[in-house]
Amino acid sequence: MKPIFWIARREIGSFFYSPIFYVVTTVFLVLYSFLFFAILSDYSQGSMQAAPQAEALQKAGISINVNELVIVPSLGNMGVILLFIIPLITMRSFAEERKNKTLSLLLSSPVHLSAIVAGKFLACLIVVGFMILLSSYSIAFIVLIGQPELGPIVSGYLGILLMTGCYIAMGVFASSLTDNQIVAAVIGFGLALLMWLLELPAQSSDSDIGMILKYISLRSHQESFLKGVLDTSDIAYYLSFMAFILFVTHQVLDSRRWR
Amino acid sequence: MIEVEHLTKNYGPRSAVKDLSFQINQGEVVGFLGPNGAGKSTTMNILTCILPATEGKARVCGFDTFDQSLEIRKVIGYLPETPPLYQDMVVAKFLEFAAGLRNVPKKKIAAAVDRVLQQCGLGDVRHRIIGRLSKGYQQRVGLAQALIHDPKILILDEPTIGLDPIQIIEIRKLIQELGTSHTILLSSHILPEVTQICQRVIIINEGEIVAMDTLDGLNASMRHTRRLELKVRNPADDIQNKLEALDKVLSVQTRGRDLFVIESEPEAHVQDEVARLALDQLWGIEELKPIDMTLEDIFLKLTTEEKEVKEAQI
Repeated sequence: MKPIFWIARREIGSFFYSPIFYVVTTVFLVLYSFLFFAILSDYSQGSMQAAPQAEALQKAGISINVNELVIVPSLGNMGVILLFIIPLITMRSFAEERKNKTLSLLLSSPVHLSAIVAGKFLACLIVVGFMILLSSYSIAFIVLIGQPELGPIVSGYLGILLMTGCYIAMGVFASSLTDNQIVAAVIGFGLALLMWLLELPAQSSDSDIGMILKYISLRSHQESFLKGVLDTSDIAYYLSFMAFILFVTHQVLDSRRWR
Repeated sequence: MIEVEHLTKNYGPRSAVKDLSFQINQGEVVGFLGPNGAGKSTTMNILTCILPATEGKARVCGFDTFDQSLEIRKVIGYLPETPPLYQDMVVAKFLEFAAGLRNVPKKKIAAAVDRVLQQCGLGDVRHRIIGRLSKGYQQRVGLAQALIHDPKILILDEPTIGLDPIQIIEIRKLIQELGTSHTILLSSHILPEVTQICQRVIIINEGEIVAMDTLDGLNASMRHTRRLELKVRNPADDIQNKLEALDKVLSVQTRGRDLFVIESEPEAHVQDEVARLALDQLWGIEELKPIDMTLEDIFLKLTTEEKEVKEAQI
């Protein structure tokens, strides 16, 4: 096994020992489920009211689509909840190692610094991926009671996973800056929220700067995934975003040795 | 095995290590001695490639700590001052992790773990959680982690700090055993430890080497003078002057009214003269004995000598 997998495995193991993981997962699932069933009951009420005029609606080209009306907003909500919750998962990555003085074990082992960063990132991604997997019971529920289109669901989840990767990269980066986990969580949350909100000023202006802000914003790249389109430029955006932040993390850790 | 040349490390404007040069040969057990904050840990962190040096070079097994750090990290076992232990892990799992990090082939990991568990006397606690172990056991787990890949060189930063006397003896015994097959650099500010375990001592103070020799060599080089201690029953005011008037006596210090330390030339046997004088003057000899220099004295002398001079000048 390569060092990166040893590091990731140890990291994942310690998540399952810590209460933080269970608390965070529970909060995530409760919030997500609450919003999901609120949307679902709205949807079923709406479709019941619409049933008498089904033919008229069909003629007018309006369809009541479970994908569009339930799954897309649910995935959107999940993205927001993850924004709040991921910093709590990533905050310990380097802050805890530094506080407990365990980083010297990693640094004095024949392991590249990049493998340490990648191992930490991978561990968080797997843990959050597991949380997302738990939440997908809701999709199974819809598949049982209705006939959603599966393509957009798969691409939507891929989009969420890619955005999650970006949140995690920022969280790991924040954790490399300090030995205080709370500070790391706050910085990670601030960064993630900022990158997510960049789109807002863009909506009110059509200027070039607005376009650029919209392009940089993490959320604007979600749209194609939710529609069921796999746009390589969006995938490339997310992947290069992660790579860039992890590279900066590497540089931060490396430069701390010189101080 | 370890060569250090003109090593300097600055933390901002403060330099922790200044122009350090020394060598350690294969199979040696060397004590690295100095008061807290002397630069011991910094030097060790540079040798283990955790910190880069500001200036100068360090080579371990012929590899440069700056350019070939991965090669060095394969042959070195390091126990930092605070053992790097994941408190929530089980001892055996932690050692497997350490073995994996150190590139121990997968098939040999179980054997390596068993070996260090036995070496460090951890067999009974292999399934316990590290955070629940006593400090002594945690220290041993720290040592076991440094030994897992059977490194040629062991660097141990204050391996006995915070242990109780029995644990200290056990760890020292373990290090002595390891010394027969490994090159060891060990730091300490506890002097008897170094006299017991090490063949050679490097004494540093405020980032600079103040002495580097074998224990005997240090003793010999420090003994420019012989010292006698005289304790009397009937102290008188003129004792010091009368002792100083004796032939070959260099100086006499008083320690309280009845205790005198007489420093004489190394080859002279002034004890006869001192005894005769004491009997003639009816001072009443309570005690008359030679004082050997302990490592403690050497250490104190080396690390405080300059300060005394500086203070005297003021």
